[in-house]
Amino acid sequence: MTDTSLIKIKINNKELEVDKNLTVMQACEIAGEEIPRFCYHDKLSIAGNCRMCLVEIEKAPKLVSSCTMPLMEGMSVITNSEKVNAGRKGVMEFLLINHPLDCPICDQGGECDLQDQAMYYGFDKSRYSENKRAVDNKNMGPLVNTIMTRCIHCTRCVRFATEVAGVPELGMLGRGENAEITTYLENSITSELSGNVIDLCPVGALTSKPYQFKARPWELKRTDSIDIFDSVGSNIRIDSRAEEILRVTPRTNEDINEEWISDKVRFNYDGYYQQRIDTPYIRKNQRLQISNWDETVKVLTNKLKASQPLALIGELVDVETGYAVKKFMQNFGEDNVECRTDNQFIHNNLNSFRFNTPINKIEDSDLIVLIGTNPKIETPIINHKIFKAYNNGAQIFNIGENISLNYETKYLGTKLSELENEKFLKNIKKSKNPIIIIGSSYLNNLKNVHTYKSLISFSHQFKLITKDKNNLNFLNPFASRIGQLLIGNTTKNHCEPFTKLLNQKFDTVLSFGSEKIADSSFDSYYRVYFGHHGDEGAMKSDLVLPTPLFTEKNGIFVNIEGRPQEARKCHNPIGSGKEEWVILKKLSQNLSYDFEPNTFDELREELFKKHPKLFEFQEIIHEDSSEPFVVEDILFEDCKPLKLIENFYMSDIISKNSVTMAKCVEEILDKPLMEKSA
Amino acid sequence: MVNQIKLVLRKEEGVQRMLNTKDKIFQNLHGFEEPFLEGALKRGSWSNTNEILSKNQNDVIEMVKSSQLRGRGGAGFSTGLKWSFMPKDTGKQHYLVVNADESEPGTCKDREIIRNDPHTLIEGCLIASYAIQATKCYIYIRGEYHFEYIQLEKAIAEAYEKGLIGKKACGSNFDFDLYVHRGAGAYICGEETALLESLEGKKGQPRLKPPFPAGVGLYGMPTTINNVESIAVVPTILRRGSDWFKKIGTENNTGTKVFCISGNVNKPCTIEEEMGIPLQELIEKHCDGVDGGWDNLKAIIPGGSSTPMLPKNVCETVRMNFDDLKAYGSGLGTAGVIVVNKNNDISEVIERFSHFYKHESCGQCTPCREGTGWMYRMMQKLVRGEISPEQIELLENVTKQIEGHTICALGDAAAWPIQGLIKNFKSELIEKYNKRNLKAS
Repeated sequence: MTDTSLIKIKINNKELEVDKNLTVMQACEIAGEEIPRFCYHDKLSIAGNCRMCLVEIEKAPKLVSSCTMPLMEGMSVITNSEKVNAGRKGVMEFLLINHPLDCPICDQGGECDLQDQAMYYGFDKSRYSENKRAVDNKNMGPLVNTIMTRCIHCTRCVRFATEVAGVPELGMLGRGENAEITTYLENSITSELSGNVIDLCPVGALTSKPYQFKARPWELKRTDSIDIFDSVGSNIRIDSRAEEILRVTPRTNEDINEEWISDKVRFNYDGYYQQRIDTPYIRKNQRLQISNWDETVKVLTNKLKASQPLALIGELVDVETGYAVKKFMQNFGEDNVECRTDNQFIHNNLNSFRFNTPINKIEDSDLIVLIGTNPKIETPIINHKIFKAYNNGAQIFNIGENISLNYETKYLGTKLSELENEKFLKNIKKSKNPIIIIGSSYLNNLKNVHTYKSLISFSHQFKLITKDKNNLNFLNPFASRIGQLLIGNTTKNHCEPFTKLLNQKFDTVLSFGSEKIADSSFDSYYRVYFGHHGDEGAMKSDLVLPTPLFTEKNGIFVNIEGRPQEARKCHNPIGSGKEEWVILKKLSQNLSYDFEPNTFDELREELFKKHPKLFEFQEIIHEDSSEPFVVEDILFEDCKPLKLIENFYMSDIISKNSVTMAKCVEEILDKPLMEKSA
Repeated sequence: MVNQIKLVLRKEEGVQRMLNTKDKIFQNLHGFEEPFLEGALKRGSWSNTNEILSKNQNDVIEMVKSSQLRGRGGAGFSTGLKWSFMPKDTGKQHYLVVNADESEPGTCKDREIIRNDPHTLIEGCLIASYAIQATKCYIYIRGEYHFEYIQLEKAIAEAYEKGLIGKKACGSNFDFDLYVHRGAGAYICGEETALLESLEGKKGQPRLKPPFPAGVGLYGMPTTINNVESIAVVPTILRRGSDWFKKIGTENNTGTKVFCISGNVNKPCTIEEEMGIPLQELIEKHCDGVDGGWDNLKAIIPGGSSTPMLPKNVCETVRMNFDDLKAYGSGLGTAGVIVVNKNNDISEVIERFSHFYKHESCGQCTPCREGTGWMYRMMQKLVRGEISPEQIELLENVTKQIEGHTICALGDAAAWPIQGLIKNFKSELIEKYNKRNLKAS
């Protein structure tokens, strides 16, 4: 453990006691003194190269850069003297001499660190009468736009790529004035987190390609929301103008995503407006035809009067909608709602399907076993945490498909029974804090509960599960899943729930955003699709009802750890989309069923009454550690590795419709989507 | 001409004295004898190394400390004191790194040592490593020094063969390995932490200090970095005693020093002399005077390109040691004396230096990366006389903005020559501008 005892220092003659491991800059921040900086970023290693954070330290002959200077007992720091100001002004002048004066056409304008700090430390006119330097723009792929003349060489992007994204593809070539930031051979950055360099860049050298010349930051309305394109639930901020979303940026949440988000949620927003279902459709004469709400609701009411409906819940559905569906479907009997359309295995307990280790604790592990999962494309944020653990010296083992990740893994084999491999057992016995991450898709189609019980038993044996921790994790990539399972939108079967459902007597299927409706097993059913994007599911349906996207309504999503979070509405639904609960209430009235809530708030209140744990946003729902199974014969059934997500950039209905994502597939993954005509 | 000029004598002694041949540490500096082991043994190298290695390590450090040997790489920091900063008995691998990346314009002392007397260096490495408990030593040699690299490798092979270094070096209980690494030609890799980065296989960019290399150095282990000359004089100091070394030179600036005199002198040379020798004496005695006579002298850059120049009147009285030169606002640096006479445009000389620093700036930190280019461009104008008195002030201001604000000393080194130029020859620069304007009008 590092010694965290306090020492006495003086900042601008104000005495204070701070942790001795801090740097001068951190201490100044505690003292409320703002220090200008460009290269320093608290998530990256310290470079100390911008020299903007100069401060004076008593008895030191020179100014020192505060970001690199460790504290010492009795140190007296001065941040506001003439000397300090002159030093910073000098550095600012140097930064500006070769920086182009294109703020009016720069996307960073209005939120530019250089602009802001030049207000305090810049001269009112330039003393530089030589020619300015011009630098060729570099290709960094379809997401990051580069105007390298603006670069101030802070190397934040280089450090991010190496230390956080784990892809050392960025670097500084040349030296002195001719130093240039570039990617290796000007290839695209192959990281799923590459978009974060845009936020990191303190100037307009790296900007967002899709957002280029779209808006000014002060015109945008900011809405706090949640990333629903993977199950981690990264916190995002959606910037919109009128009825259009123009940009998605991360919000800091130290427990989940820190300051990073994946490229998918950052850039797939153009898919929000492509292929939208904006009006109800009804199938007449074998073709879907534009209809209206009155007609479609009437048709659906009549259909439901004399049928056995089955409801499927998709991957992007919020908890409230799920609750409304469950409430509505109760009128038709039991076991008729299913969200596990991929045959996910679950047991009785929340711990049997969620990620039990808190996400911010992954990095403390010294041994991680990945079983049938590819965290790099399923959940890039969790992959970043594993990379952190790897950098702290953790060993990473892999069972399932032999995948290549951005860190070194030791491949054990395809079978789950490799867990009992002698060599591996030796390692796990030595490990102090081992973690197992099972891709839930690996357990899909599991036939036998015994395998699960064996896993629990194994985990107890090797201290993965103890009184105060549970390190047996199930990783499902879908954002809606945990929430839907929590409110019980599933059948009682542990294994193969979906396959078993198909054997029952249903004749109508209501799909809430689930593409599984297009499955041929539903060919004889009457298909009703509630959704926002027209894809295969809607195409094959007999009735299509438009519903809003997660940005067009409020909704709770529970992330993979079991942490409820709220996605908020940015603007009104496109076209005549109606929220699911409104449609269901109307249907209930038509069918004379009870559906008490009159407003969304009332619906939510009822939900909270039934499931009070969902009420505490941002708190991980606590459940006691898994059932203490002790099976005598640990036996692991062979699982077939399944890939729920093969292509990071096109994993769901929205990103499939995004032009930006299509470009990523073509340029980053190098897979042409369409044969180019000769 | 030479005879007419009255040499400045050292006042306290009243006589002019040349360094006694027997007091020269580098007996074969000029390469008149055999450079390798045979010759080295004759010159006294390796004679009682075993005895030195049987001393307590602290005693060795104390002896070097009491000899008041100051680092010969430019900063003039006490070598013994530097060694004493190394942690003791940590159980970690310690390293000695010898900086032979001699790229300072006007300096070629290490070249001569390695070329003609490599065994002084090798023996010094062994003893210094012993003192700081380093069993491994790297010599980072400048890539351009190809011949010197071959000489050094040959000498090391000899030493290994004779058991002078390697397992149980010189019959002591000390295991010692010596490696030579060639640089790729970057001036900045002569900065000690950039040298470590380069040695580790990374881009040569100076590290942030603290932590200092004595704590976290090469591969994260305690490391001492010394100049070739500082290391090569150590065996002789230990052999002849620190008192002998202290007797030579002036107070606090003891011992002998290898001076490299180049530029407008009649006979440019590299010569070992006593520390504190008057600059004029050095030039008159060893270089046969300034080209065109002493009166034709314009200025002298006393310690390699990084140090500010001295005008003629200062050159007449100043003594070549760390403290005296510092008092005149310059520095001894690497003792690469560059003499400029009146046949040259002094601003052109400094402009060339500016280009050098612009070219060699690593680009890591802002003031140096941006400032060296700015200064160079202004210097170009200055040479053409296009710079007005106000802009000369701006140029001076820019040098002040670089000085002391950078990660390493390259920023300072780039700023000082220009500061020296403006300080000493400002009126001349203004005159140049006025003349050009007159012509134009």
